Amino acid sequence: MFEILKKEDLADGIVLFEVKAPRIAKHCLPGQFVIVVEKPGAERIPLTICDYDREKGTITLVIQDVGRASRQLSRLKAGDYIEHVTGPLGRPSELTELEPQERADKKVLFIAGGLGAAPVFPQVKYCKENGIPCDVIIGAKTEDLLILEDEMKDYADNVYIATDDGTKGFHGMVTDLTEDLVTNQGKDYDLAVAIGPMIMMKFSALKTKELDIPTIVSMNPIMVDGTGMCGACRIMVGDDVKFACVDGPEFDGHRVDFDQAMRRQALYKTEEGKKLLELEEGDTHHGNCGVC
Amino acid sequence: MALNLNRTPMKEQEPKVRAHNFEEVALGYTPEEAILEASRCLNCKRPLCVGGCPVNVKIPAFIHEVAQGNFEEAYNIINEDSSLPAICGRVCPQENQCEGVCVLEKRGAPIAIGRLERFIADWAMENGIKGNTEIVSNGHKVAVIGAGPAGLTCAGDLARMGYDVTIFEALHSPGGVLVYGIPEFRLPKEDVVLKEVEKVKDLGVKIETDVVAGRAVSIPELIYDEGYEAVSLGTGAGLPKFMGIPGELANGVLSANEYLTRNNLMHAYDNGETPIIHGKKTVVIGGGNVAMDAARTALRLGSDVDIVYRRSMEELPARAEEVHHAQEEGINFELLTNPVEILEDENGWVRGIRCIRMELGEPDESGRRRPIPIEGSEFDIDCDTVIMSLGTSPNPLIPSTTEGLDANKWECIVADENGKTSLDGVYAGGDAVTGAATVILAMGAGKKAAAAIDEYIMGPKQTDV
Repeated sequence: MFEILKKEDLADGIVLFEVKAPRIAKHCLPGQFVIVVEKPGAERIPLTICDYDREKGTITLVIQDVGRASRQLSRLKAGDYIEHVTGPLGRPSELTELEPQERADKKVLFIAGGLGAAPVFPQVKYCKENGIPCDVIIGAKTEDLLILEDEMKDYADNVYIATDDGTKGFHGMVTDLTEDLVTNQGKDYDLAVAIGPMIMMKFSALKTKELDIPTIVSMNPIMVDGTGMCGACRIMVGDDVKFACVDGPEFDGHRVDFDQAMRRQALYKTEEGKKLLELEEGDTHHGNCGVC
Repeated sequence: MALNLNRTPMKEQEPKVRAHNFEEVALGYTPEEAILEASRCLNCKRPLCVGGCPVNVKIPAFIHEVAQGNFEEAYNIINEDSSLPAICGRVCPQENQCEGVCVLEKRGAPIAIGRLERFIADWAMENGIKGNTEIVSNGHKVAVIGAGPAGLTCAGDLARMGYDVTIFEALHSPGGVLVYGIPEFRLPKEDVVLKEVEKVKDLGVKIETDVVAGRAVSIPELIYDEGYEAVSLGTGAGLPKFMGIPGELANGVLSANEYLTRNNLMHAYDNGETPIIHGKKTVVIGGGNVAMDAARTALRLGSDVDIVYRRSMEELPARAEEVHHAQEEGINFELLTNPVEILEDENGWVRGIRCIRMELGEPDESGRRRPIPIEGSEFDIDCDTVIMSLGTSPNPLIPSTTEGLDANKWECIVADENGKTSLDGVYAGGDAVTGAATVILAMGAGKKAAAAIDEYIMGPKQTDV
């Protein structure tokens, strides 16, 4: 049982939990994730670690209400307990492996789309604390869905905002803002780290390839155990099949087969899947469980 | 006394009925049936069965008590050597072990040792018999990694010797492969596995779930920071293999591990929370026990099922009983057949599998005749789901995060016959060392590791003069 010490509403349908998990807090690094089970019998859902405090023994998780399991989880309150939290899983970000003398010369651009700001945040914080210069783009559909803007400003050299509807900052996609920064504003980056919905990472990677900036993305495919056992999270990176849970979650964004990954992500959501569920579940199928 | 060659049959659910439910297939003996079967035992002076058992259960002694109707005494005798008899009685390959060497085997009807073991273990559970749980603490702490058959056995043995034992388990529920891998209809979870786990806890063993050793805590930390004097690794062989054929990433292709974990550990078949693919036609690739489990699970979820295996019935590695049950239930075997490509529809879903017929050539290094493709014999099977059951390999997480712990090129942890690894005070056993094998071999390794850890901490045993 893992106690929720603090809950914050970040935006509509997005909450932040600070959770007591000393073993995880002691070892986790930016880029890693946990698997959470809200109550006995609930789904195992992977969540990236947004922050951690080794002394307090806490980790911070950000949850967006997108399906049945995440909805139930996001309804918990401070003082409630989460049944299971397992981690840290996956490999830490490549940035944590930089030699001290390499750090100052590595200028990083973080591109965060939507909820992707949560996994980007600990990396930005890590950069500040280790002398790696970095800028951050936070993108969202609209101003109300922007998260962690103030927190990012505490650590990043520059924070740029992009909204699809122009309600705040740059009017347009994160890809357009990336191009604007590099071609019009004379910015120069050695590495881009793009994290967000797969479609956003796909187009960010295409853009950075055009701009010739090496790019890391963080893959969030379907998983069950998160320790390499099920193989549900397998993706193509170049010619190799990789398990996102143990080989990733971060990969070279210019080599990931996003189209295939997106297709696999829809495994339990496609029309065929829905039909199968309708067939199997009969009258009990309502189509609003978030699974289909 | 004349030899009785009539093995007492065990009742089973009718194939047509059980093909639609997840209830246990085999129903167990009644006390009368158990006594009848036990009475056939010749009580050999030099019993071969004991040596045939990886944990050396004193088989004739317990069977003798069953024949007399002394079920509690029979339980106590089994309990001296095995911590998980209700499980072993169900899933051990007895035909290759104790029953395979029974002197009556040559006459065609070995004693049904597994069924008797199961009967006694179930009887003890029903009657609340726990065996000897009086333990004198010796004040020494040992950590066990993994709450599967190797870890539970090792922990149980150490606890009985007086050690303060904590098991660290990565998943949210203890049991390892007994919970995530073997289906309910072969090994009930609530009524058998979790009760056996409770018995291990009754010995004072603590189980901390949700701890991925190597990530949440390192092996040196357990020893130097948390005060464990020795560590036993029973991390299993959990990584699924795939074939590397075209189309393997199509939607509807999954590992047997994923399919079984969703269904067994996550209860997809009865809890409504975990999604699972409900195929109309499922093809399972492979011929081991896990392939039979996946095929029979798919059948119960409403699919037609083919098993595709590249050798013939004779080489099928699954237990004969499992193959027989699968056939009775209506699973079709495509033998001497190997997949070459998975066919996708325009949306990336599986629509079929292209196979090639095989013939058997000369024996290969495994001693089995090598399957050779017959040129031009390709054919397609229409299906919407493909389950890969090609074996598993150990998880590299602990060797890769533990400096000085040697693993071989198959990622198996290197350990000697007593489980001693390259690191002082660290022992290992089960599938993590051997690669995928059986529950009982893992238990045997757990027992040896417990004995070796006892000797490591206490020094060599003094024998009475």
